[in-house]
Amino acid sequence: MNSLFKRVASPIRLGSKDVRGLFVVVVLLAVLPLFLSGFGLTIATVALMFALMGTGWNMMGGYAGQFSFGHAAYFGIGAYSVAVLLTKYLLSPWVGLLIGGLLAALFGLLTGFLSFRYKLRGPYFALATFAFAEMLRLLASSSSFINKSIGIHIPLVGGDDWARIQFEDTRRNSYFVILFLLVLALATTVWMVRARVGHYMVAIRDDEDAAAALGVNPLRYKLIAVALSGFFTALAGGFYVQYFLFIDPDLAFGALVSIQILLRPIVGGVGTIWGPLVGAGVLSLLGEWTRALVRQPPAFLGFLQGVNGLDGMLFGAILIAVIIFAPDGVVGVVRRIRARAHR
Amino acid sequence: MSALLEMQGVSKSFGGLQALKDVTLDVHEGEILGLIGPNGAGKTTLFNLISGAIRADEGGIRFREESLVGLPAYAVAERGIARTFQVVKPFGQLSVLANVMVGSFLRVRKASEAQRRATAVVHLVGLEPMMETPASSLTLAARKRLELARALATEPTLLLLDEVMAGLTPTEGAEMVQIVRDIRSTGISILLIEHVMAAVMSVSDRIAVLHHGEVLAVGTPSGIARDQTVIDAYLGEEFRIAGD
Repeated sequence: MNSLFKRVASPIRLGSKDVRGLFVVVVLLAVLPLFLSGFGLTIATVALMFALMGTGWNMMGGYAGQFSFGHAAYFGIGAYSVAVLLTKYLLSPWVGLLIGGLLAALFGLLTGFLSFRYKLRGPYFALATFAFAEMLRLLASSSSFINKSIGIHIPLVGGDDWARIQFEDTRRNSYFVILFLLVLALATTVWMVRARVGHYMVAIRDDEDAAAALGVNPLRYKLIAVALSGFFTALAGGFYVQYFLFIDPDLAFGALVSIQILLRPIVGGVGTIWGPLVGAGVLSLLGEWTRALVRQPPAFLGFLQGVNGLDGMLFGAILIAVIIFAPDGVVGVVRRIRARAHR
Repeated sequence: MSALLEMQGVSKSFGGLQALKDVTLDVHEGEILGLIGPNGAGKTTLFNLISGAIRADEGGIRFREESLVGLPAYAVAERGIARTFQVVKPFGQLSVLANVMVGSFLRVRKASEAQRRATAVVHLVGLEPMMETPASSLTLAARKRLELARALATEPTLLLLDEVMAGLTPTEGAEMVQIVRDIRSTGISILLIEHVMAAVMSVSDRIAVLHHGEVLAVGTPSGIARDQTVIDAYLGEEFRIAGD
């Protein structure tokens, strides 16, 4: 099978060291806003949102080995669920997050069943997920119920409102909301990896026939992975809408969204709990650095002044470099260096 | 002894190739039945049919009086038949212990209990020094043991072993023979495909010879070694002289 669809950093057994490390990182993330100003806080909030999407993607694309190129489908379902339920039915975004997550899981079960039923694997499965996301994009663009391609604006209520997840005065609260959702996803991953379901998912990824011979029903556990993955990616979509107060079909279901989602775990390390976190951190810093570079380039790079899309090109170059030189991501590189040092 | 597994008139073709033709064979409770025959005789195909990896064109396969026909592989495993693969299939990214735990999880849901049982199986096959090693970095001999340990961890009634001794050094092979004997002594029945004749002759209670997809002979090891049709088709004259 194509190496792009089978790349993992290391054995999945999560040691107690990993869990302790995660706990420390979460505590650090919780106190981080004390040291951040408005702009830094926005970058950190968006980085956590990407980490959440990546953690969701990783459940299916990393641990279960079902590479998705269409995770925008889940992100968009989450985003539109929150937007529609709030603007049309005045339901709290918290309810919208839950319903959006469940709808995304359901969509994952349905499309997953169709794909796995016809034995789509590797690149073929990835293309199918892409096609399903495009279907939703086109559907959203032509459905007047959700304003077609005009999109949906979320009305600003002003002030801080926990029920509406809007914090005009204390923007830090948004950060805590996304951190909370991310912790939910990480905790689920930890549980999953240590439980039967995670062992079964990885077994299916490494050798489906061998797994079946040991009593694993491959279809069932692939679908569980897809449902979990869809749920948590949709949470990120729901948060996005409440944070940026706008969604349209391209922002929700566009191919670029799918790429953004899988970029973090791939750069960080597929199939590891640290991968999406590390990837989100690294790419956020790099993204800000390139944007700053374009705004005020040093003299010898003067031609870059005001060039739009440089960060996109840089991300593309990074992705190519990672696939060629470090297919197991930053986490894999770090582990290899540490293994060498121990010898 | 009663029949644990009964195969009745089993046939399978791949396109124009008749891989198995009207195979009727029983595995008795508590026995080690050796399955021998030249390459391409249909031995592995028979394993694939029993374990539900592929379906027979014709014939019945019954396990503990229940038909296995049409059951997917995971359902056959649930009923108590475990197999190893001739070309080993480790879960490369998982540690040895986690590989075996995948097998244990068939009978227990709780991870701590699965780990306890898997640890015991890892000791049984002698892989305990490599408990935390990723399966992808094991030697062939260790992979064969892992293959066996994983199947054993599903707590089967019947174990299908596909060439677990092939490619091993004589010492490693002797250790494997001992492990197979130990497994049988716990009450597990074994159907064993093997090319290493000395091993299969010494370890089996009965031997079945498969040739061009048909059962050529079934009998005790010494009876099979003297069977003229078997000697002509498979063992050759030299084996008879060596065996006498």
